[in-house]
Order: sequence, then structure tokens, then C-alpha cells
Amino acid sequence: MNILVIFRIAFRALARNKMRSALTMLGIVIGVSAVIAMVSIGQGAQASVQEQIANVGTNLLFVGAGSQNVGGVRSGTGATSSNRLTVEDIEAIRREIPTVAMASPTVNTRAQLIFGNQNWNTQVQGVNEQFPQIKKWDVSSGEFFTEGDVRTAARVIVLGQTVAESLYPGTDPVGQTVRVRELPFRVVGVMKAKGQDAGGRDQDDTAFAPFTAVQKKLLSITYVQFAHVSAISPEATYSAQEQITELLRQRHKLAPNEENDFFVRNLTDVAEAADETNRIMTILLGSIAGVSLLVGGIGIMNIMLVSVTERTREIGIRMAVGARSSAVRTQFLIESIVLSLTGGAIGILFGVAVSFAIPMMLGWRTLISLVAIVGSVIFSVAVGVFFGYYPARKAAGLDPIDALRYE
Amino acid sequence: MQLVEEADAKTIESTVEKESSEASGRATGTEPVIKFDHIHKTYRMGDIEVHALRGVSLAIRQGEFVAVMGVSGSGKSTMMNIIGCLDQPTRGTYILDGHDVSKLSKDDRADIRNRKIGFVFQGFNLLSHTSAIENVELPMLYAGIGTAERRSRAQEALESVGLAGRENNHPNQLSGGQQQRVAIARSLVNHPTIILADEPTGALDSRTSVEVMEIFQRLNRERSITLLLVTHEHDIAEYAQRVVIFRDGKIRSDEPVLHRRDAAEELKTLPMLDDDDDDD
Repeated sequence: MNILVIFRIAFRALARNKMRSALTMLGIVIGVSAVIAMVSIGQGAQASVQEQIANVGTNLLFVGAGSQNVGGVRSGTGATSSNRLTVEDIEAIRREIPTVAMASPTVNTRAQLIFGNQNWNTQVQGVNEQFPQIKKWDVSSGEFFTEGDVRTAARVIVLGQTVAESLYPGTDPVGQTVRVRELPFRVVGVMKAKGQDAGGRDQDDTAFAPFTAVQKKLLSITYVQFAHVSAISPEATYSAQEQITELLRQRHKLAPNEENDFFVRNLTDVAEAADETNRIMTILLGSIAGVSLLVGGIGIMNIMLVSVTERTREIGIRMAVGARSSAVRTQFLIESIVLSLTGGAIGILFGVAVSFAIPMMLGWRTLISLVAIVGSVIFSVAVGVFFGYYPARKAAGLDPIDALRYE
Repeated sequence: MQLVEEADAKTIESTVEKESSEASGRATGTEPVIKFDHIHKTYRMGDIEVHALRGVSLAIRQGEFVAVMGVSGSGKSTMMNIIGCLDQPTRGTYILDGHDVSKLSKDDRADIRNRKIGFVFQGFNLLSHTSAIENVELPMLYAGIGTAERRSRAQEALESVGLAGRENNHPNQLSGGQQQRVAIARSLVNHPTIILADEPTGALDSRTSVEVMEIFQRLNRERSITLLLVTHEHDIAEYAQRVVIFRDGKIRSDEPVLHRRDAAEELKTLPMLDDDDDDD
């Protein structure tokens, strides 16, 4: 029997009970659209994280003073000086560790920036001239300060986009003077916009000055709080991490049983952990949606079983005029596949529509996954075959005499 | 009429069951289209065995019009199911059109039903929600016949039972008589060896019954289609050439109809009471 004829018969049989067919399909529609929407949300989140990884730079390390294990046993008194990172520590990291390419001591402070009648409270980061290369973050106008500025603790400053726009709306701040805690700093550059970080903080709400100037003129300290370090390659970050730890333990004269009084964080690790979390979330959401697809399949089986019982006489007639068991089985199987496939198609449209609507309504990023679409088409056909097979086999196994006698 | 009676006399060939195997050895002029040789059928209903057929031998020749009668439980329905290849005998052989069909698989029997047997039922057994012409096309669908030929043959069959112009009516838009005629057209359409009509007039009024019998007699006469008619009404059985009566799973009598009725003649005298054909 021609497959087109079988499909026509199937469509007609389903059209006879429009409401019932529509409700049966609804299960698959919801299942498929949920899978697509969930996976696209998950993939959107994953893409955001991956973008941030690329943004941060995959070979970035972050060194900080103080133990990560706050409240852990710290024996000895007068640990305050060894609890700090020194400029020399950072210099040693840069000089002595072959896998380290660049390092920038970092001291942060919050300060009020004033220009004319505008003021803006922001984070002023004291770094060195290598910072833009380490962070892969360039200036959009002007220049970053130089090694000479760092050496002489020059009062120069590079503004983040948000700060620049707040203090100098509509004008170029380069060459202007901004007052930081009442001290005049010359604006030498403006950073490019970087947007929000993974935690939703505005990365452009900041300003950079030579760390020497921040140490001496703003904080009156000699130690440093952090260091931005870049390894020579993404692969080298792990050995760099170990070597920095080794070097700092030596320099801080820590006994083997003492805990680190500093931490070295591999930002690739952090990003990868976030990526992994997102991946697991995607799989989890997709699986839960998949369960609803399964429930939809059970709905199809239920209705097909009802349909076989209702149409026993029809089956008997078809068998009497010469339909083989296989023809009857195919007919019911096709009906169930038509149900699930139509439901799947509507589900795809719906799921894609939802994936487009979510960014507009919730502001979440979504990424429509072709794999999810193809996967749910295959899955819905599989659901149709799997859940349609038993009712179809039941129909095909009927005895024509009994079927004809059925009232 | 004269001609028909002559044919009757020639074609009568039946064998009431005998204990010896002589029955199958009886020489006949032409090979019968249906040949039952010591057919037994036993059902198991719970703990008891029901002997529905207890050794039935019967031969029906091409072009015969045979009525099968018997009270319920006499075995006539079982016999019809076996002839129609809907069921299989427990013992014995059934030769249909020269082939032993007593031990065929389910699929092979479906093919035999499709090609060699046309069914007409008491309850019409048409597919509802399906137009008359598509009902008639159904057997050809399973025979794998192309769309165009299906259409033209179904059209032709509907015309031969006087239903031209009703092709697109659904069964619920047709009267009982018209529905039965659609069923007859469906039974004809694959040019079967034999048409089995199981109480075809059971659900019809008397005039419509005569109309249906007229179609059967005409098909039998003009196309020499072999017809097997199951009925419990003696006056309906008299439209056939030969009456086989079952009792207790055996053939009790097998005789020619002496005063055969002619439905076409009777229709001329019957008043047109119903509005079967004028409902549109």
C-alpha cells in the first residue's frame, strides 16, 4: 500500500477527532518546546560564560594576600608583615618564574572623583603599565600610563567608560585634570567599554592609576593587596600557579606545616567551573523537559489504545477485505507518528518563539540549539514509534471474526 | 428462466458427509471452485470442547448460487468463516479455486480474501466517515492497485449496483438498501472467485430485500459469479439454485430449489413503497 495513502488515512482518522488529537498532541508540543526553550537558555548562559573566559584571558592568574582559609590555624605572632604581598614578591614572580609572562602589583581603594561640579565615587585600581596586556583590555582614547609614570609615582589616571561618561558627559576627558581625594590627577586615557562581569558588576565603573601613586598618595602604604599575573600560555597557567605558590612560600618563609598566607587563583579554573555548572544545568533542565516529552508519549499511547478499541470493527472490515496484519499495524503506527511529529513541529515553533521571547522579557541570553531541534524531532518520532507500537500491535493481532462481531 | 433451471440441474454437485473417503473421489465434469473434504472444526470454550463442524464435505462449482441455512449453532457460521478464509479448519482440506487453503498463514489468508473472496454482511460493515466510492476502493487499496484504476473500477462497480451519482455520499447519508449495494460493489471490485453474503437482507425491509436479491441474481446470471448466501429465511433461500441445510455441525440436506424465485419479476409487481432512491 502506498505510503502517501497510509498518511492520508492517518490524517483523516486524526481529523475525525480534532479535539482529542489536539489534546494528545499538546503533551508533545509542551515537551518539545520545553526541551528547546530550556536548552537554549542553558546554552545562552554557557555562551555568556565562554565569552567572559575569552574576555578575561585564558592565561590569567590572580594572586592575593591572606589565606583563603580564613579562621584557620595561624600560629606565631606578628604575622601581619608576612601576611602581605610586597612589590618585591611580585617582581620575583615576574623575574624568576619562566611560565609567567607579565605581572602587575595591584592596590585598590574607593575614592571620590571630582571634575568641575560633577563627582563620582568609584574603585581606583593601582596597577602597572603591563595591566592592559595582562587583562587584554585596551584604551579607547588617549594612552595607558607608562613605566616611567609608575617609577615616578606620577599622578596620572585612566578612566573606565562609566566614570568618563559620568564626569565628562559628551566631552573627551583626555588631558583634563580630575581630583581624586582632593589630589589632582591628569587624565591620560579612557578604557574601552567592557560591560558586565559574570556577577553582573559594571567593569567600566573604575579608574586606573600607577600603583606607586595609589600606594603613596592615596593609601600611604608600602605593600600590595593583589597581583594580576599572566602566564605565557593557557596551558602554562597550572604550572605557573604551582610555581608561584612555591616561590611565595619560600619568600614568606613558611614551614611545611603552615598554611599559605596568600592565594593564587587560576581564573580559567573559575570560568571553567562556571561553564561546567551551566552545562550541568542545561542537561538537567533538558532532562526534566524530556520527562514531559515522555509523559506526552504516554498520552499518545493511551489515546491510541482507546482508538484501537473504538475502531475494532473498522479493523475487522479492513482485515476481511484483505488487509494484512502488517498493513493494519503500519496504519496505526503512522497515526501515532503523525500525532507525535505534528506535535513536535508545533513544539519546535513554540519553543523557538519562547527562546526569542525570553531575552526580551527576562533579559536572559538564549542560544537556539540546532542539536536540540533535530534531537527533539528525532525524539518525538521515536516517542511515536515507541508508544504507538503496542497499540498498533494490538490492532494487528485482532482476529477478523471477533473484530467484525465487535459492537 | 428456462435456461436457469437447466443450469441448476447440471451444476448440482454436493456430497453429504460419508464415512469413507469416496466423497473426494467423486468424478465431476469441471473442478469445483470450493471443495470441502471432511472439514472438522473444534473450539475450546473454557473447559468444554465445542464441535462446530463434524466432518463436512461439500463442493460448489463455478457460477452456482447456493443458499446455506440452519439454526444458530448448526455450524453454518463456522462454515462460512472457513470458506471466507477468516478461520481455519481443525482437520480436513479446503480447496479454493484449485489451491489448498486449509493451512495457510494469517497473511496468506488475508491475500486470498483480498483477491478471491467478496464479503457482504448483514450489518453492511462499511467504513463510516468514508465516502461510498472510497469504501468500494478499499479492497483495491490492499491489492496495491494504482489510484486511477481504483477510481474507475470503483465507479464501474457502483454503477453496476445502480448507485451512480452516490459516489461521494457517506454511509450515514445512504439508506439501508443503498448501503448494502455499496457493500456489494465493494465485494465485486477485485473480481473475486466467490461472493459470500452473510444474512445480507437481515437488516432490510422486504422490498429492499428483493432489490438486493435481484442484484445477486443478475450478477450470478450475467457474470456467472459464484454466490454463497447464508440466510435463515426460507423465502430468501428460494432465490438461490441450491439450498444446503446445516444441523449439529453436519450437512442435513443439500437439494436444488425446485421453484426458484425471480427477483426481477417480483419487483415489477411490488409497489414502490419506500423512498430509498429518492432521498435527495
